[in-house]
Amino acid sequence: MSNVDFLYEHEDKLKTNMGAWFAGERVVYRGKDLFPELGDEPWMRVFLYGITGRMLDDKQIKLFEGVWVLCASYPDPRLWNNRIGALAGATRSTGALGLGAAIATSEATLYGLGPGIKCIDFIRKVKLATDGGESIEKFLSAYLKKERSFAGYGRPLVNGDERVEPIAKLATELGYDNGAHYQLAYDVEEWLITSRRRMRMNVFAVIAGLVADQGFSNREFYLYLTACYVGGIIPCYIDAASKPEGCFFPLRCDRIQYEGSENRPW
Amino acid sequence: MAEENIRSKIWREVSQEGNPFVAEKCFCAGYDVYGDMLNKASWIEYLYLLIKGEKPSSSHKRILEGLAIALANPGPRDQSVHGAMSAAVGGSTSASCLMSALGIGAGSFNGSREVYDAVLAWHFCANDLNSWCDYFQNEKAEGKAAEDDDVWPSSEHTAGFDPYAEHCALPVKQTLEHLSQIGDVTALLWLSDHRCQLEEMAGMPLALSGVSAAAFIDLGFDEYQSEITYLFLRLPGALAHSLEQRAGGWRQFPFFRDGVVLTNDPKDCVADSPAEEIIGKRSGEQSKELESHE
Repeated sequence: MSNVDFLYEHEDKLKTNMGAWFAGERVVYRGKDLFPELGDEPWMRVFLYGITGRMLDDKQIKLFEGVWVLCASYPDPRLWNNRIGALAGATRSTGALGLGAAIATSEATLYGLGPGIKCIDFIRKVKLATDGGESIEKFLSAYLKKERSFAGYGRPLVNGDERVEPIAKLATELGYDNGAHYQLAYDVEEWLITSRRRMRMNVFAVIAGLVADQGFSNREFYLYLTACYVGGIIPCYIDAASKPEGCFFPLRCDRIQYEGSENRPW
Repeated sequence: MAEENIRSKIWREVSQEGNPFVAEKCFCAGYDVYGDMLNKASWIEYLYLLIKGEKPSSSHKRILEGLAIALANPGPRDQSVHGAMSAAVGGSTSASCLMSALGIGAGSFNGSREVYDAVLAWHFCANDLNSWCDYFQNEKAEGKAAEDDDVWPSSEHTAGFDPYAEHCALPVKQTLEHLSQIGDVTALLWLSDHRCQLEEMAGMPLALSGVSAAAFIDLGFDEYQSEITYLFLRLPGALAHSLEQRAGGWRQFPFFRDGVVLTNDPKDCVADSPAEEIIGKRSGEQSKELESHE
């Protein structure tokens, strides 16, 4: 079969088990009838069913909702992704455009989704190595030498992370504090402390451990995170939209600190 | 506390007398944009100046101009333009049309990530056939086994080449021919001379993204400058086709009414008929239903 045959095969035909709308009649969502089977479910359960194809229990839903509430709902417009929402409010753009752009922005390398997927991959690699009999010290030392850092450890602006404690409390309340990946996240921090490294665990290490313990793949974890900042972005948009237009941190002309070429004729 | 400023080598403003928030003069890399450039510089020269901080040489100007024309409209079958049109026919905002084109056109299949990867490959291999040979061999060895630790899904083909073409497309060859004949190009010229060998090693023909990558190398762009410029240069087609389809409306735009074949419809679990037959029938009903909404 040549590659072109793939195009012929898919022309005007999308074979899927994800779902479909039967106009005026019903909706099928990953093999379930949406109205009778999922109509009473909380949105988070449907969202995670959409990602994983698995129906999570109430305790798991509490964990996944708790992570969003405690870790990502920061309505502070100085944070770079939230700032997109605020700027959209200030320019009187639409809520959806502000939110959409801010969600896309959350896929950063410094924070958000980039470190998120790297972190769950890292925790999983630690687990794989230690399950295989390698000492955690040896693995981490070699990994650090090669990669220079651990995703989920260290943080821009500050080193500690105020979210770790409340998430740990939630994990304990729900009985998820003895999961293997979760424990390893703390073991890594312990190694950093004893080997006198400056990096400290940030909340991504904790939630990556917790989510990996729930059987989520790296990609499923990433997709779960895509919408996590919504709760923080929207208030930033509303706030900026409620103030006079263009008044979100307005900048005077001389706030551009020019460091380029001298004036010259074209 | 010290005032926080935006540091820039690109832009300087002189404010109006008495109002520090209104710019009276704007300078781009030292050039007076409204007082000097406006009636002298071309749009392409200005674009190059914004990206590189210097006026383009004559050949750089011609490369960027040629590339801008070659990339401007990928055509309505292209996924990124399809996205823009899909937004437009539903009456979505103009911004969402371009955002759709950008989001879709960012990927490693025919998108800007493909150009990013291809430019990195050029930096690694340059004009050395042996290096390219090693590169293609490594690509094949790694295949789809790349680690899932990045927001970007693994690329499924060699960047800069077209997995769905059996022969190099004429527009690709025409673009390469035109750009490689501009003086002061090395990557483009080398690509033109070695296209057939590279295609043989890649196992597929060169794509426009591959020509673009070589052009960006000759322009002196790094991988990020190349990626974002490629995204930007492909927007005019999304702009034009979204306007066209907005005017035409959703009734004249494909909905693929009978296109979805559900393989796990819960209703089929209790039916005896083969799934596709049932779906075909239901899809037909759906078509009628949609007609009735019109």
